[in-house]
Amino acid sequence: MFARIRSLTPVFIMALFATTLSLSLSQAAKPESVTTAAGLAAWDQVYSVLISPRCINCHTATNYPQQGDDRHRHFANVIRGPEGKGVPGLNCISCHQEQNADSTGVPGGPNWHLAPLSMQWQDLNDRPLSSAAVCRAVTDRSKNENMDGAALLKHHSEAELVIWAWNPGHRPDGTTRTVPPLSHQEFVAATRTWVEAGTPCPKGR
Amino acid sequence: MATYRLNVNGSQKTVDVDPSTPLLWVLREELKLTGTKYGCGISACGACTVHVGGVATRSCVVPVSLIGGPIVTIEGVGNDPVGRAVQNAWVEKDVVQCGYCQSGQIMSAVALLKATPKPTETNIEESMGGNLCRCATYVRIREAIMSASQQVK
Repeated sequence: MFARIRSLTPVFIMALFATTLSLSLSQAAKPESVTTAAGLAAWDQVYSVLISPRCINCHTATNYPQQGDDRHRHFANVIRGPEGKGVPGLNCISCHQEQNADSTGVPGGPNWHLAPLSMQWQDLNDRPLSSAAVCRAVTDRSKNENMDGAALLKHHSEAELVIWAWNPGHRPDGTTRTVPPLSHQEFVAATRTWVEAGTPCPKGR
Repeated sequence: MATYRLNVNGSQKTVDVDPSTPLLWVLREELKLTGTKYGCGISACGACTVHVGGVATRSCVVPVSLIGGPIVTIEGVGNDPVGRAVQNAWVEKDVVQCGYCQSGQIMSAVALLKATPKPTETNIEESMGGNLCRCATYVRIREAIMSASQQVK
């Protein structure tokens, strides 16, 4: 009998190893493998980017975009327009082309436009909303163009106007525009961690 | 330097310029189309407005290397029914005083009426808000746009 047990032992051990490995791999792929605390910490990093001028200047609550690191109202009476692209005669693309125009200091990127009002990250007095409020907006699929966590990660990773924030070109005086506080790689990594934690949001208003 | 082929007012033009040259200077200095004016140089006044691919464009800030469509300037806009209607209305209402900003005003007005043939006062205010006039001809500009809109189907 002991001989039979001995002969089965390697099979048992291999089966046990395989089961453990399988569980381990499946847990690594599940969102629950990242704790909520880690997710919230990652969100803090994401939020620091979202409220940086290169991002939030086009996530206004008003009928105009902002510009500059001081986030002042866009000059020339530029307004939002019905689709966030200005109005006939004064469209975003009247000045902003498909890429930065460094010789004249005008930033540009594909389909230059304002974020929809549902994605406003400021109040009507141009003050950034709280971390909790921005998180709620970003994760509300009725407001965010129906993006789930995976879609948000893709948006942060690949959307051309998002990526533009790390290649914002030169100001008219020739100096380089300020970039967000994290690198794009760090921003994507933080977003991934937050998504894997189930996109937790801070409590509060 | 680089060579660019541009469609300007329906004609093919070839220019050999630095890629960073603003379209305004290509029009004025290379093609001698001086109806488009230099005002502020930072797209804040609208005097340099032309149409690129049908979109009112501030030619003082757009490098020639980024131009992606046919260009229409004040010299060519009258070939279009809407452009003609606007120019006629400008004459009818005697809009112009010194005239320096008026080519840009007309180009923006045409862009407005092509997209919104029957504009409201708010439409006019919003679309023309980026075109400044030191002579303050704004009241007549508004009247002329309303008048032109009656001629536009």
